[in-house]
Order: sequence, then C-alpha cells, then structure tokens
Amino acid sequence: MFAAIVARGTTPIPTPPQMHAPDGFLSVPIAVVMWAITLLVLAIAVRRTNRTLDERAVPLLGVTAAFIFAAQMFNFQVVGGTSGHLLGGVLAAVLLGPWAGTLVMACVIAVQALVFQDGGLVVMGANIFNMGVVGTLGGFFLYRALAGILGGEDRARIPASGIAAWSSVVAGSICMAVELALSGTTPLSIALPAMVGVHVLIGIGEALITMAALGFIAVTRADLLRLRDARPAAV
Amino acid sequence: MDQQSKDQAPRSRLGRYWWVVGLAIAALIVVVLAPLASADPDGLERVAGDHGFLQSARDALYSIIPDYNVPGVEGNLSTILAGLIGIVIVFGLMVLVGRLLARRRSQD
Repeated sequence: MFAAIVARGTTPIPTPPQMHAPDGFLSVPIAVVMWAITLLVLAIAVRRTNRTLDERAVPLLGVTAAFIFAAQMFNFQVVGGTSGHLLGGVLAAVLLGPWAGTLVMACVIAVQALVFQDGGLVVMGANIFNMGVVGTLGGFFLYRALAGILGGEDRARIPASGIAAWSSVVAGSICMAVELALSGTTPLSIALPAMVGVHVLIGIGEALITMAALGFIAVTRADLLRLRDARPAAV
Repeated sequence: MDQQSKDQAPRSRLGRYWWVVGLAIAALIVVVLAPLASADPDGLERVAGDHGFLQSARDALYSIIPDYNVPGVEGNLSTILAGLIGIVIVFGLMVLVGRLLARRRSQD
C-alpha cells in the first residue's frame, strides 16, 4: 500500500487498504521473538492436528481459509475515516478447533504476505500471532468458557462466539500496541489507547461476521459444526 | 431424532460437494463485496498515520500481486482476480496440508 502510493505518484485507483503490519513497524529483536513464539505454537499445532484431524474435516480447512481470505479483503467502515476487516481466528477455531484453526490463520496470513505483499516478512511472526494465535487459542478458550457458562455450545454458540470474536480483536490490538512500544516505534501511552480505541469498534464487525457465518452454517449444514470434534477411527 | 434428520436432509441434497458451495460463497464475497471495500486506512494504518510512524514502513522485497491488484489489469477486475487467485491458493494449500496431516500419522 505505502509503496504503491509512492510509486504511482498520481492518485491511485481506490483499492482495499493493506492492513497488516509492514516491515519496519517492529524492531528486529521484537520481530524475531514474535517469530520464535509463533513457530513454537505452529509446531504444536502441526503435531496436535496430525494426531486428531479427521479426513472428513479436510475440505472444511480449505473452505475456512478461503472464506477468511475473501472476508479480509472487505474493509468495512468504522467511525472517523477508518476501516476494519475480519481477522477470523475465533471463527476458524470454532469450526476446526484451536490447533487446525491456527494452521488456517497462519496459511492465510503467510499467503497475504508472500503473494500479495500485505504484511512484512520480518514481522510475519507477529502478524500471525496478533491476528491468528490470539484468536484461535485465546479466543477459543474464552469461547469454550462462555459457552459452558451459558448452557452448552449448541445453545450458546452465537453469543459466545460473538463475545470471543470481539475480545480477540481487542486483545490482538493490545499485543500489537505492546510490540510497537517494545520496538521503540511509539510509546505505549500513545499506542495502547489509540490501538484499543479503534479496535473496540472494529471488533463489533468481527463479532457480527463471526456470528453470521456460524449461524448460517448452523441453519444450513449443522453437521459441519461437528467435524471439529470428529476423530479418526483408532488404528 | 429431529436433530439427526435435520442434519441429514441437506447432506443428501448437496452430497459430499458442499465445499463447492463454500468456495462459491467466498468467491461471491470477492466479486460483490471486495470492490465495495472501504478505502479508508484500517485500524493499524490509521494509528500509524496519526502518530507519525507510517513512514517507518519498509517496502516489500519483491512484488507479485501487490495491493490485491493483478498487474496489468485495471480497476475492480484487478481486485476481483487477485481475490479469486488468493482463494484458490489458500484453499489448495490447506487441503494439501490437511491431507498430509490426516493421512500420515506420526508414530506416537
């Protein structure tokens, strides 16, 4: 995005703004630490998915990734000349479980960076963590807890996923603010209120899209919601 | 009983090719909604602009389909094409990864 505007010089054709952190926003040490954390989580995710993934769930991995990729291209308006878009971590985890969901988010964010130059390569670990892992692990944990309190997943899927989705966006923005501050890019006293202030609103969009997608699947193909806990037959 | 019949009715209609419908929905989002996307800066970009660190962004090392615009194609079609390419790539990758993980169990 930034590069494109400079390169074109003239008024660019209106395009969806590129939203993921570019290289340069985070210091190299912080970016490396975030890569290390993300790689560790991904290694666990591969292992756990390898152990539990049922073959019938494989198409859902692909469709969830495709939907999240598509939905991330649709920036919706929030107040004051600012936009936001779906992250999708809670949606992926509710459909596929936290570990397979993490793999889906990593795939989407990696393809966006590698093919579409959306998000830097050095900061990709941070982007996968903030926009993926926070939602697929933290968001899913919150979702399960809320669903339990509210009377079980089948009854409380929609409200629990909505609250978890909103929380995951706010939590992701807090992580980004802390990483920016630790990198010396901008002080926490500025980054935190600014990032959280905007993402409290963007999170509402995340909640609405997550609830709508899960509601649609529950009405049209409720059996797909059971693929998450489907397990391969014992060998 | 009720729940079961509800689950199975659509399955018989769409069979095992429900994922085609899923992909079609993703494609529809790209064709219909992506061109309508707000061009305003998103949360992070807005904060970066407001607080003076937008210029610390470094250019990508290379570019393939920058900004979700296929080079040489104009306007909305460029964005739509980029989106469709992205959908195919992530779908293909995850099905491949899923198949590998589901079929080759590690020995433990």
